[in-house]
Parts: sequence; C-alpha cells; structure tokens
Amino acid sequence: MAPKIGVYICHCGSNIAGIVDCSKVTEFARGLPNVAVARDYKYMCSDPGQNLIKEDIKKLGLNRVVVASCSPRMHEPTFRRACQDAGLNQYLFEMANIREQCSWVHVDKEMATEKAKALVSAAVHRVALQEPLETKEVAMNPCTLVIGGGVAGIQAALEIADAGHKVYLLEKEPSIGGHMAMFDKTFPTLDCAACILTPKMTSVGQNHNIELLAYSELVELSGYIGNFKAKIKKKARYIDTVKCTGCGRCSELCPTSLPNEFDCGLGQRKAIYIPSPYAVPNKAIIDAKNCLHLKGKANGKDVCRLCQKGNEKKGLVGCEAEAIDFDQKDEMVEIEIGNIIVATGFQQFDPAKIYQLGYGRLNNVFTSLEFERLTNASGPTSGRVLLKDGSEPKTIAILHCIGSRDANYHKYCSRVCCMYSLKFAHLLREKLPEAAVYQLYIDMRCAGSGYEEFYERLQEEGVNFIRGKAGEVTDLAESPEEKDRLVVMVEDTLVRRKRRLPVDMVILSCALEPRPDTEQLARILTLSRKADGFFLEKHPKLDPVATTTDGVYIVGCCQSPKDIPDTVAQASAAAARVLALISKGKVEIEAAIANIDEEKCSGCKICIDLCPYKAISFDEEKKVSRVNEALCKGCGTCVAACPSGAIKGRHFTTEEIMAEIEGVLA
Amino acid sequence: MKQYSYFPGCGLSPEGFGRAFDWSIKGVNKVLDLEFKEIPDWNCCGTVPYDTLHEHASFAVCARNLALAEQIGGDLVAPCSSCYVFLSRTNQYIHEYAKVKKEVEDALAAGGLAYHGKVKVRKVLDVYVNDVGYDVIAAKVKKSLEGLKVACYYGCQEVRPIFGRDHPENPKYMDKLVKALGAEAVNFPLKSACCGGSLIISEEDASLELIKKLLDSAVSNGAEVMITGCPLCQLNVDAYQAMVNRKYKTDYHLPILFFTQLMGVAFGLDEKDLGLKTSIVPVKKALAKFI
Amino acid sequence: MPEAKTTTFIDEICAIPGGEDIKVCIQCGTCTASCPTADRMDCSPSHLIAMARAGMREEVLSANSMWLCLSCYLCVVRCPRDIKITRLMHVLESLSARSRLSNKRTTTPRMYKGFNKFIIRGGRISELWMMVGYYLRTNPLKALGMLPIAVSLFLHKRISLKIDKMKPEGIKQLNAIIDKAESSGGTW
Repeated sequence: MAPKIGVYICHCGSNIAGIVDCSKVTEFARGLPNVAVARDYKYMCSDPGQNLIKEDIKKLGLNRVVVASCSPRMHEPTFRRACQDAGLNQYLFEMANIREQCSWVHVDKEMATEKAKALVSAAVHRVALQEPLETKEVAMNPCTLVIGGGVAGIQAALEIADAGHKVYLLEKEPSIGGHMAMFDKTFPTLDCAACILTPKMTSVGQNHNIELLAYSELVELSGYIGNFKAKIKKKARYIDTVKCTGCGRCSELCPTSLPNEFDCGLGQRKAIYIPSPYAVPNKAIIDAKNCLHLKGKANGKDVCRLCQKGNEKKGLVGCEAEAIDFDQKDEMVEIEIGNIIVATGFQQFDPAKIYQLGYGRLNNVFTSLEFERLTNASGPTSGRVLLKDGSEPKTIAILHCIGSRDANYHKYCSRVCCMYSLKFAHLLREKLPEAAVYQLYIDMRCAGSGYEEFYERLQEEGVNFIRGKAGEVTDLAESPEEKDRLVVMVEDTLVRRKRRLPVDMVILSCALEPRPDTEQLARILTLSRKADGFFLEKHPKLDPVATTTDGVYIVGCCQSPKDIPDTVAQASAAAARVLALISKGKVEIEAAIANIDEEKCSGCKICIDLCPYKAISFDEEKKVSRVNEALCKGCGTCVAACPSGAIKGRHFTTEEIMAEIEGVLA
Repeated sequence: MKQYSYFPGCGLSPEGFGRAFDWSIKGVNKVLDLEFKEIPDWNCCGTVPYDTLHEHASFAVCARNLALAEQIGGDLVAPCSSCYVFLSRTNQYIHEYAKVKKEVEDALAAGGLAYHGKVKVRKVLDVYVNDVGYDVIAAKVKKSLEGLKVACYYGCQEVRPIFGRDHPENPKYMDKLVKALGAEAVNFPLKSACCGGSLIISEEDASLELIKKLLDSAVSNGAEVMITGCPLCQLNVDAYQAMVNRKYKTDYHLPILFFTQLMGVAFGLDEKDLGLKTSIVPVKKALAKFI
Repeated sequence: MPEAKTTTFIDEICAIPGGEDIKVCIQCGTCTASCPTADRMDCSPSHLIAMARAGMREEVLSANSMWLCLSCYLCVVRCPRDIKITRLMHVLESLSARSRLSNKRTTTPRMYKGFNKFIIRGGRISELWMMVGYYLRTNPLKALGMLPIAVSLFLHKRISLKIDKMKPEGIKQLNAIIDKAESSGGTW
C-alpha cells in the first residue's frame, strides 16, 4: 500500500515559531513525496493538536505520521500514543526535532527555516519505509533492591515493605543508619536524630518483608527493568550473626584499641566491636586489619582469641553464644529484583585540603561531623563540648562554606550547612552559656519550613554573627590575648573591618560531596553523573528521582546535597514509583531492537563480544547467534559490525537511515 | 642535554643587586651539567610598574623576550620570581584573550618579531628539582651541610598564582632540596608570606613590618640561615635587616642567601664565585663549618 | 584596536583583559582577610569591588588601596570565585593613573613612573638611579636617611653607578614594539 503521510509542524508557542517560519515549512512539506496533508499548529502536544492527527488518520486514511516539533525524548511517547489511539501502529510515526536541534540553537531565521525544511524532508522520506512493530510485555519482579541504609534507604525500604512487597536493603557498613545516626539534634525542631531514626531502624530489622544485607556490597548487575539480576558480596564479619546476641562481652575482652569510625576518630573501639549503641543489626564484627588473631593467622600463628577464650584474671568468660568464627569467608549471593533504589548518600569534604584553615595541623579545629559526635550524649565525651586537653572552650567560631561555593573545591552550595551551623550555635549556647559563639557566614540560607524562624531564634540567643568568610586560622599570635589560642582572620564585610578573632575552638562547616565509590557504582548500574560528581537525574525539575536507566532510581544526597525532609520525600517518591510499577505487574519492552536473520548468519560471533548489554547468545546446535529481545537496547553496534549483513535493526534499518540522509540532502 | 634559554632580568644583570644569584646559578649549572643560554639583548619584563601604567604595552614588552627565547628553543628559565610571573602570565593571556594575542602579534611585528606561544617559562628551582632530581643533586654534594638549620623562604611569587608546581601556601620542594644537601629545613610557617616586594621603597613602613614577621618566625624556629629564590626577597631581608632592628629594637643577624649559593657551598665551590661576600648580613658565622 | 565602548564603570573595567572577573564577586571578604596590607588601605579589596560595582568611579580611582597591593597573590589562590584580584588591582591602578586620579597620599604611582622611564630609555632598570630619582622627587630628606643602606650596598658590590642598557638596535626595536602596542589606546 502506498504511504499516505500526514505532516504536522508545531509552533511550540514562540519556541519554534520565533526563529523558524512554520508556514513556509508547512508549505514546503505539502510538496514532498507521498504527503497527503500538511498542517501547522501552536501546540501539537495539546489536546486539540493531537486531535488534528487523530481526525486526519480517521478521515483521510493516513498510514504514516510525521510531527516536526521538540525532541523525541520529550513527546515521542505522546504522539505515538495518539497514533495508537486512532488505530495507527505507533511505529509508523516519526518525529523531526526542529526545536532542540534547530530553533533553540540558531539565531539566523532564514537558515534555521531551511534547516527545519531539511529535517522535515528527512523524516518524511524515512517514515515512508517504516514498518509496523509490536512491543512485548515482560513480567515485573515485585522484589526491590535498595542500595544504602541511611535514612533515605530506610524510608524507601519501609514504604515498599509495608505495602507487602519484598525489599533487599543493602548496606556497606556493618550497621544501617548512615550519617543521620551520627547526628545529635536535627534542625529546626531540635529533635534528637537517634530518637527519630532508631524506631525506623528497628522496624527495618523486624520487618518480615525486608531482608537486611548489612556489611555487603553490590558487585555486578545485569538485566533490565522488571528483571534484574544482582551479585552481592556479603563481606566476612567473622561472627555468626544467627548466634550473636550483641551482648558486647567480646569487646570488653579484646586487647586492641583503635580510633572509632562512628565517632570520626575522636573515640575508641576495639578490634572486635559493635558499631554503635543503636546498631542494626546489633551484632559484633571483627576488623580484620587490626585483629591480632586474624593478622597472626595469615602467618600461621595462633595468637590472642581472648574474645573466644575469655580472661580468667578479669573473671570474664569468652563468647557464650560461640558466635565467633575466624574461618568465615566472604560470601557471594545472587538476587533477582525488578527495581533498584540507589540511596548511597554523601561523604564529608576533607578540610585538610585547605591548608590555611589548619585542620589536622592545629589542635581544636573540628569538622561538622566531629562536632556532632562531641555534642552527642553517646559520643566520646558523653555530650560535653571539650577541647583536646579536656577543658571547656570559652570562645568558639563556626566557619561556613568550607569546601562549598568554592571554585577551588566544589562550586555548589551544600544547602544544609547554614542550618546545621545555626544548630551548632544553639547547642553551644545551651551547653556553654558563658562561652562566646561567633558564626562567620557569607549568606544565610534558610529556605525551609521553620528555618528562617530558627535563624531569628539564634540571633535572640546572642550568637555573634559576622558576615565574612574566614581567610585563615592560625596559631601565630600577634598580641598577648592571642597567645596559645587559635586566631581566625576574617573581614567583617558589614562594617568593612579586618578582624583577628582569638578563639579556643573552630568548627568547620564542611561541604557534602559525592562518595568516592560513586564512579564504580555508576558503572555497575549504568548511571550517569553530573559535572559535580553526583548521580544524574532524568529531569532536574520534573523527574528528580528517576534516571535514564529504567528501573533504577536515585534518592537523597547521592543525587544532590539536601536536608532530611527532602531526603525522606524523595525516598517516598521513589518507593511510590516502584510500587506503581509493581502494581501494574508488567513492563513494555521497546520494539526497536536488533533481529538476526538465521539464514544469513555465518556464526562468526563478532556481534556477541561487541554487544555492550550482553544481549546476544550463541546457539551451539544451529551455530547461529540469537538476540535476547528483552536485553537488547537497539544500539545498533551489532547491525553495523555484522560482516554478512545478517542483523537488521528494527525501526533503524539501513534503508530507513539512507532515506533519512537522502531527505536531508534533497 | 636539554635546551634552556635564560632570562636573567634586571636583578641578575651584571649591574643588578642580585648578581650573586646569577653567579651562583652559573656555578651550580657547571656541576649539574646544565647550560642556560642567555637571551641576546633581553629587555626588562616591566613587572608591576609597567603593567600598571601601560597595560597594553606590558604584554608586548614581555612577549619580546618570549619571541627571542623561542628562537633559541627549549624552556625559558627566569630566576626572578616577578619576571617569572609576568612572563608566564603573558603566555596565559595570549592563550586566553584573543584581543591580547592580536595586540601582541601586531606590536611584535612592528619590531620585526613573531611569537607562536611555544615557550614554557620555568623557575630555576623547578628545573633543578624536576629535570635534574634530588638524587643527582645529593650525589654531587662534596661538603654535607649536616647540622645547618635552614629556613626555606619561598616568597609569594615563587608559588603563587598557581602555575602548577607545588602547593601555593605550603610548598615543600626547597625544603627537600635542603635535605638533599644534608642540612635541616626548619619549620617556617611564613615560608611563602610576602616580604613587601618593591613597596619597600614607597611604603617602607608596611614592608618593614612584613620583613620583621619573617625574621621573627625564622629565628624563633631556630634558623641559622635563610635561603630564597627571589632577588627582591633577598635584597629586602638582607639590606633592610638593620633598619628592621632599628625600628623594632630587635637584634636579628640572620644571613639570607640564594639557594644556589647554599648549593654551591655544598658542592664545594669557591666562595668568591658564589658571591657570599655580597651579603650585607655576614654569612661567615653561620657557614663557618662549611666554607 | 578601537577603544572599547564603555557606558558604565564596570564596562570600563571589563574591557581590560582580566577585569571581567569583577562581575562574579560574592563579597565574602576572603581577599581582605588574607591581604597583608588591607589595614593600611582606604578601603579593603572587597570594599573596592563593591564600590566599583556600585559605579562609584571617583571614590574607587582616587583610593590608595590598589597602590598598596603587594602582588602577593594570596587573595587570588584563596578566592572562592577564582577572581584574579591582583589583576583587578592592576586594572584599577591603570584606570586611576589614566584618569589622573592616582591618589596623592601614596607615592607609589610616582615610583612606578620613574621605573618605567628606564625601560623606554635603555630597556633595563638601574636600581640605584631609580631609587635616587624617587627619593629626590618625593622626599629628598629621606634620601639622606637611606645613605647608610646605599653605602653598605655599594661596599658589598651589590649596586653599580653604571646604568645597564640594551644595545642601540635593541632599544630601537623595543620602542617600536611599545609604540605600536600603545597606539591602540590606553596610554598614560
């Protein structure tokens, strides 16, 4: 049957019409081969616009449709659906992008119009050769993998589990809780972080639908939305978690003490330890790098094992549950899930990179996380704010924007530091009422519910606000009052005076930055990252939790720095998306994929190694290659490489592409 | 042997106040088997005064030297920190600003010259440390400077603005050189603080205050001698030390040498060839064991 | 090259290469906090930038601030917006000198002017004669006070009475280059 093409030129308001002369393009389209009708309209994606297409298909018997408008990524699904609704197979539709690839990138109106004409011609020539195709449906696995056990991952996992579906919660550290578990109070309500988080953590531990894989990492991922296969490494804890009761006896017996990660190195833990007072799972773990026995075992010696043997002198028996297993090995498990939510969070910027602030060099310069642990009642000083020598500081300076808003480190604003700095100031005013608190800021960013009011509260509490970014923290005294103290050099920009502030303690409000394992995770999950290193969302405004990899979502700080309310909101959003897909129960597979003509296939196997999605397998009996239609993404690599020309890219055949090129050059 | 062209600058010219730097560089080069070929008939780089009052011509004035260096080939070594900064920034601005490139091209053409942006400007210490290496330098030491406490004064323009060699506030490569010579590099927190530069002339007060801070820091950390890689820094800390003492009622007698002079001493070169006697603050006491 | 069309003070500054950075300053004050001579300036570097952006041309160009810049570049390496502040100071010095507003409270412009005379005449500087010229012009009594240093420098063979000059063809070539460069505008 001869093609009967309908061509529709969109004005897109003034987005296209402002540069491209749409009536001229429409007139031109009318003269193209096989074009039965050509129209232009202000907004083709609107209801009236779509109706134009549907009416013409029904009344004029169109069997091909071309819409010249925006990017297919924007509205190809919209127009395909319109065609399908009118009874025309959706693959008999083609889009010409005369917006992103024409009107939005050119200023010369005449030349842009000529280019639009060429693009329309290309689409018209191509669509004539297009064939009807049917999409396939595959089942949706209702299990979900949540990567990251911080507040984001916990929230997402609980929502999906409470809806009755299975969740694997994967956490790299021995316990869930993430950074929020380390905080003291949260702004602006001053809720205790642990008090609001631990009930959720406990729920996770007890929820029958959540399988908690703590101290584990994702190693490999294959598959596609609805049907992923994940390989996970469960790292050896050297503890039988079924037997362990979390009593902590082993820790008491262990002779090796070292700085504690949970306290940012300010406190101590043993080589065998329970990660924190509210660890979930509440099980011990052995740090193999520092365990005397495990180190000796590598050299064939049998030393220590006090945790097992007990200490008669102290009157302590070894592990009564017999849960310690020095022979434990890493374990690989494979799980099958339908969707993945990435909630891996952030890492704190290391201010040692900023030499002039003295972190790591001068005593009593702390990072924000270190200060959280100092004020936390479960921290190394039981919540008392103390200097390294054990005395209380009389003057404290909080420095904003350390590593953020800084072309030398991270250009972006970390969004939460102004608020947590205000929180720190409040905690200091509360715990040390006699101490003077200085807060050095460039701007006060308090955009959130109750945030600006919190700022006002701190002003009322008598914090000394200085508008200026600290230039340097030094211990070189220039006057008697600076002797043996830290001196913060800053310009008070509101009074235009350079000041030297003698202080006892400096708190650096450090940036939130992407974790170093983001690169590796991006590769495993096929995710893109933005220039600043955080994962790339599908659309910054309209789709912040989805990614261009269907079935993989990003939530929380791994997408961009944000506070707890926004993190929880994103986690819920991703959970809702996943639940919607699970309830739908199936997923549509794109039909524009590769297809091998087995008669022409010579069995050379070149295509198999080239496929980036491992979608081609070899049939040993017939000695031909075969495409797994569900895995194939239609990239066309095999099509181009096949020396026999046996592979056809559906919807992107050689003929179709050549026709498109001819259309442009016509 | 790697090619280098050489831009001594006004400070290291035979009539310059930093001529000992030039002599000691040449002495050390002989030991390290290096040759720096002097640009024929070079002109003053103009530094801040020319850049400030003749902002168009200052690029062209520097570019003349770069064009001549290009004819010789290889990297251009500029010992003076200020010359180094201005020659380097001329390269940078020619690359980044089309209008600077055009202006420089037209101006050079008026003098019958052309510059194609191919010359890389280096500092002496950079060449010694990165092209020769600490190991080779250590091997050439005839008289180990063991026991000598040295404050390594980099000065501001040796490491700033960042042109890619070492940390802009806490550099280490001169300290490592001192270790290679057998001496001890003392902790010197003001190692890259400014000495006041040419403002010693018109803003003497401000500059003296800075020099005093430097001396205070070096001496309180136990330095017996200070070394530097900038002729202006050397002049300020050396020639104005007596003035600092008068103004602040202090009693500093800290000799300040060019680092190449110290290298020369370790290499066993003759003190006359190194110009040790040109130092205003006498060096004899500090270096007694070694010369 | 034609003189850039300038309508505002900011336009004037941005027309000079390196000056355009002034637009992105967030007034954090890091530059001032790092500046060794900020306390001696009429207004701090960040204040100067704020005034420049507010179009206060006369106040900015008659300030002594930029003339006190040591070119130590500490502000440049620390600035969170990567502004070439030292370059901005030089740009403001140029505009100040060109507008004949260079502050009478600092003798630095005169020192620079004396310095530059040597470049035109002989292509190289004579430390001694430059300093002599400066002191005689600005503060002859001070010149006497500098005698001890001058004598000690002379005795230690650190300075010469001889003025180092380029060869005549070199001086000619240099001046041809300078003339061509300055013909494009912006001379003092």
